[in-house]
Amino acid sequence: MEAINYLNPTAQMILFSALKIGVVFGVVMTAVAYAVLVERKVSAWIQNRVGPNRTAPFFINYLPVIGPLLVRLGIFQPAADGLKFLLKEDFTPSYVRKVYFWLAPAITVIPALLTVAVIPFGSNLGSEKMVIADLNVGILYTFGIVSLGVYGIVLAGYGSNSKYPFLGSIRSTAQMISYEIAMGMSVIPIFILTESLNLSDIIRYQAENGWMILKQPLAFVIFLIASFAETNRLPFDLPESESELVGGYHTEYSSMKFALFFLGEYANMIASAAMMVTLFLGGWTLPFIDALNLPASSLLLGLIHIGVFFAKMAFFMIVFIWVRWMLPRFRYDQLMDLGWRRFIPLALANIVVTALVVALFNN
Amino acid sequence: MSTKVVDRAPLTFYERTYLPAILGGLKVTAKHFADTVFKGNSVTMQYPEERWVVPEGYRGAPYLVKDQDGATKCVSCQLCEFVCPPKAIRITPPGADGLTADRKNAEKMPKEFEINMLRCIFCGMCQEVCPEEAIFLQKDYSITGENRESMIFNKEKLLKLGGTHAGIQKWKNKLEEAQAQETFPVDAQ
Repeated sequence: MEAINYLNPTAQMILFSALKIGVVFGVVMTAVAYAVLVERKVSAWIQNRVGPNRTAPFFINYLPVIGPLLVRLGIFQPAADGLKFLLKEDFTPSYVRKVYFWLAPAITVIPALLTVAVIPFGSNLGSEKMVIADLNVGILYTFGIVSLGVYGIVLAGYGSNSKYPFLGSIRSTAQMISYEIAMGMSVIPIFILTESLNLSDIIRYQAENGWMILKQPLAFVIFLIASFAETNRLPFDLPESESELVGGYHTEYSSMKFALFFLGEYANMIASAAMMVTLFLGGWTLPFIDALNLPASSLLLGLIHIGVFFAKMAFFMIVFIWVRWMLPRFRYDQLMDLGWRRFIPLALANIVVTALVVALFNN
Repeated sequence: MSTKVVDRAPLTFYERTYLPAILGGLKVTAKHFADTVFKGNSVTMQYPEERWVVPEGYRGAPYLVKDQDGATKCVSCQLCEFVCPPKAIRITPPGADGLTADRKNAEKMPKEFEINMLRCIFCGMCQEVCPEEAIFLQKDYSITGENRESMIFNKEKLLKLGGTHAGIQKWKNKLEEAQAQETFPVDAQ
């Protein structure tokens, strides 16, 4: 460890960033795999089913009580699923537009993973801040990158050269223009209050002045609903809608390319959950306890902060999964109506009211 | 022509906020979730360990049966072979000087009796046509094998799976009647 002190600051920055990128990437990938498992299990329970409970590696027989329990909970299922995706035949239909067909899965996954870069997932470990890139334009970066994700879906529909994916991607386009404006406008009041676009600053403001969900409940509701649309989850899974579009934009995909879409969807869910935690639920802080509310002074506290962040994120993931079984899918025009005629006026009104309150009472 | 106008009350403001729908959905899903997780009310049947009990009269796989004395009932008449619509049954008769039947008085029994379970359509015609009540559609519904050969069940296997079917023992009764004729007490003169 001594050797680190001899490196110049740039080399240290590169080293630590590479380390953080590696760890965060690993954690996000694992979280995606287990989010799929949780989704399958929770869905099964809501539908009075059992869910995956068979996958058992050979060594499970040597664990007396815990082994069968783990098997029943399906803990090894993600590994089996991943292996299956890797080993399946990667079939490319003859009629596709090959370049776009190959490009689309990558364009879906990469933005979803890039968003995670600016999320402060903890205070600090030692003297390292627990965020990969502490950008001053963090939130703008997020919105810029997230909007790219939809191109993956549109390209998948265009590149597949087949009717169901095409319909799915048309819907996706319509969906994007209806919710993204409302989503962007819903967070403006937060910047009016915090006077910063840096996500770490937003968390600091919330630690000092109370969580944003209490000050901006309307913004939170709009952002939450828009992020359902953003991640293509029910009730807004129009591009995918299995029941009417045979899987929508990814109908023609198989094997690892399909897995990349799947991965992108869940990575998007994780990124949205992380954004909501950061913007509205105080990030890694917990109120009323100073040790948890201020940046960590020891390694243990730093780890607890990361744990708090993950717990809050897990809560939103469960909400995403639960809502899937609560509401039927919205119709295309209902979603547009909701976006254009309800949320955009509400978000605008919210901005004006917040701005007036800040202007009148803060001076 | 009278038209009935259905009175549809317009949605109230509360209903239009979509909140009742969300709360209703939450209630239903939470109830089912709790039912499954805490009460164990799952509709899933853990298949290889649990199997459904088939009702009486279920038409499963056809097997050969033995009578209560453990003798093969089939007399190799080949009616089932002729009637079988998908030609799943193949009987090899014993021939002129082949093996004799298990039981006395019955003329013969098949040398080999094969049912190809891949061809069988479980129609039950073999059971219906059998003059000896020797073949019955039983309750097996999951017949699996690792290759095509293993799905052709031979006589030995069919008899083992079929078990015993106690019924009227036609040939035994005829034998006993004949023997009774022999020893019939003739009036002494």
